[in-house]
Amino acid sequence: MSEQLKVPTMAEFMAEGKQPEILFWVGSAGSYDDRAKKISKAFVKILNKANVEFAVLGEEESNTGDVAKRAGNEFLFQMQAMMNIEVLNAYEVKRIVTCDPHSFNCLKNEYPSLGGNYDVVHHTQYIKELISSGRLTLEGNTYKGKRITFHDPCYLGRANNEYDAPREVLKNTNANLVEMKRHKNTALCCGAGGAQMFKEPEKGNMDINVLRTEDAIATKPDIIATGCPYCNTMMTDGVKAKEKEGEISVLDIAELIANS
Amino acid sequence: MQYIPNILFLIILVLGVGYFTLNIKKLIRNIKLGRAVDASDNKSERWRNMARIALGQSKMVKRPVAGFLHIVVYVGFIIINIEVLEIIIDGLFGTHRIGLKVLPESVYGFLIGSFEVLAVLVLVSVIVFWIRRNVVKLKRFLSSEMKGWPKSDGNIILYFEVVLMCLFLVMNATDTTFQNLGHGNVISQFIAPWFSSLSEGTLHIIERTAWWIHIAGILVFLNYLYFSKHLHILLAFPNTYFGSVQPKGKFNNLEAVTNEVKLMMDPNADPFAAAPEGAEEEEPAKFGASDVMDLNQIQLLNAYTCTECGRCTSACPANLTGKKLSPRKIMMDTRDRLEEVGKNIDANGGEFKDDGKQLLGDYITNEELWACTTCNACVEECPVSINPLSIILEMRRYLVMEQSAAPMELNNMMTNIENNGAPWPYNQMDRLNWANEE
Repeated sequence: MSEQLKVPTMAEFMAEGKQPEILFWVGSAGSYDDRAKKISKAFVKILNKANVEFAVLGEEESNTGDVAKRAGNEFLFQMQAMMNIEVLNAYEVKRIVTCDPHSFNCLKNEYPSLGGNYDVVHHTQYIKELISSGRLTLEGNTYKGKRITFHDPCYLGRANNEYDAPREVLKNTNANLVEMKRHKNTALCCGAGGAQMFKEPEKGNMDINVLRTEDAIATKPDIIATGCPYCNTMMTDGVKAKEKEGEISVLDIAELIANS
Repeated sequence: MQYIPNILFLIILVLGVGYFTLNIKKLIRNIKLGRAVDASDNKSERWRNMARIALGQSKMVKRPVAGFLHIVVYVGFIIINIEVLEIIIDGLFGTHRIGLKVLPESVYGFLIGSFEVLAVLVLVSVIVFWIRRNVVKLKRFLSSEMKGWPKSDGNIILYFEVVLMCLFLVMNATDTTFQNLGHGNVISQFIAPWFSSLSEGTLHIIERTAWWIHIAGILVFLNYLYFSKHLHILLAFPNTYFGSVQPKGKFNNLEAVTNEVKLMMDPNADPFAAAPEGAEEEEPAKFGASDVMDLNQIQLLNAYTCTECGRCTSACPANLTGKKLSPRKIMMDTRDRLEEVGKNIDANGGEFKDDGKQLLGDYITNEELWACTTCNACVEECPVSINPLSIILEMRRYLVMEQSAAPMELNNMMTNIENNGAPWPYNQMDRLNWANEE
């Protein structure tokens, strides 16, 4: 990827007296995690291709506080939320798109009562919009005939009842979509939620991500599609634990679409 | 002398209903020990949820076998109880099958006939339930929290139902007038021949005995509810009404925290300002929950409603991978502790005396709480809208905000967020570096 990505900031838009169509909320994982950064870039590629006027907060973005809240630290969550809300409201942000279902859930459901009211959409929902409005067309057949199984992120699926957007987007890759036995509202968590991403698991007889990867492997996929940077890490590790990394790749829907 | 049975009946009825009412009052008092919670919103949606989930059993059928059998027992239970109305009138006024006098013979026969068919269907379902619990040994009925009383409780309920259904059929089979009627003895006509060698007098005694044990049994069963997981037959209705109408991912924002954070962030706030009038009397808010009184009333109602089916636990990723956490145990522990607190209050003249115990630690361990991924699988699974996750979160809040007792890795993560706005120790100024990296 030698092509230079255009990632303007809200500050730059403001300086020109313009308002972007959407704010791309990159999130902490998307900003710092090596694997998740690739997802952010893939999504930007899609936005550039569809000529979407977007901006990021850049240095002015801070952690949503979501993970602190789930860990029980309501103080830290609300401090983060109020700081972010001050910034977002100062820029008069209306619409936010994010690749992280945890940020999506937090911004959409938990910011409003603290004074942050925005139209928040997940990137799979936004890509679906771009495709159906004709702004984004996929010509390539990179994944035609490949077996893809989609792992529902808890905070997009059960938490917010969005099961269809990621699947509809995936259909555009002309791949062969296969469902795991546990999917949609019965999907098994990847094991990262509720701050588990940042700690060792409690004592048990196996790791959750390995169990979930077994669900996926049972569908004999070429690709496990994800819609969350944390799920992506967990499933990638699971595939490695099962020594299947030669056969199965784990890719975010943004990456699949950017490559299509 | 001829009124003795009527008086006896009245006494049994008053005792049965009276003791039940007493316990229900206790149950309401115990639930009110929790924090008040406003659920006056979305009334029509709440009624719809109750109709769909409790009355319509919409979530039960997600597991078709158990769901179907449950509907049979549920419908049977409700409809057969119409018969109880007749029994009560007969008992109080010394009539016999008053329904026959009020209704046309064919209608009465149709009603009793349907009750008999339902009774057999209930019997069959209950036997299958018993086999699932005791012979097939379904995994979710064997977890550690199901040992001892919960296991017996599950079986006792089934025995009650078997006995009540059998008594109903025997009562009809030995009632010669009813048999001679030729209407409504759809099932009991096949049972009657078993008793055909007995004299009319003996038959009458058997019929009367079955009748009396049947109604006494129903009253005993009614009173058993309060001590049993079977309370769900009543509480499923309010519980589904009060169940959340928000997206499952939306966790409540603590207002007490909001006020403090706002004060902290307000540049005009005077940190040395005197507390406003009356503020001293207010107890400082406790963050999170360490005991049942810190939970809200809906969470306590949840605990009484839980019928320990274990669907939550069987879907919990932590439990499936051998961790200690079981959402069902969270609910059972909450109820056990609430009952303990209630008994404490009864024993101490209406006032709770500190017993040196609490929900956190004595019932639910930190290890269980930290194993949760907040994935909402338990909430999704519950057929009666119980939310174990909200209790787990409330207790984590106590651990973190009152005790600073989070696992070390989480403390590091939170320190990072405080210092540089990300869960990892990266510089905030580098937040956009990804855009320019190869």
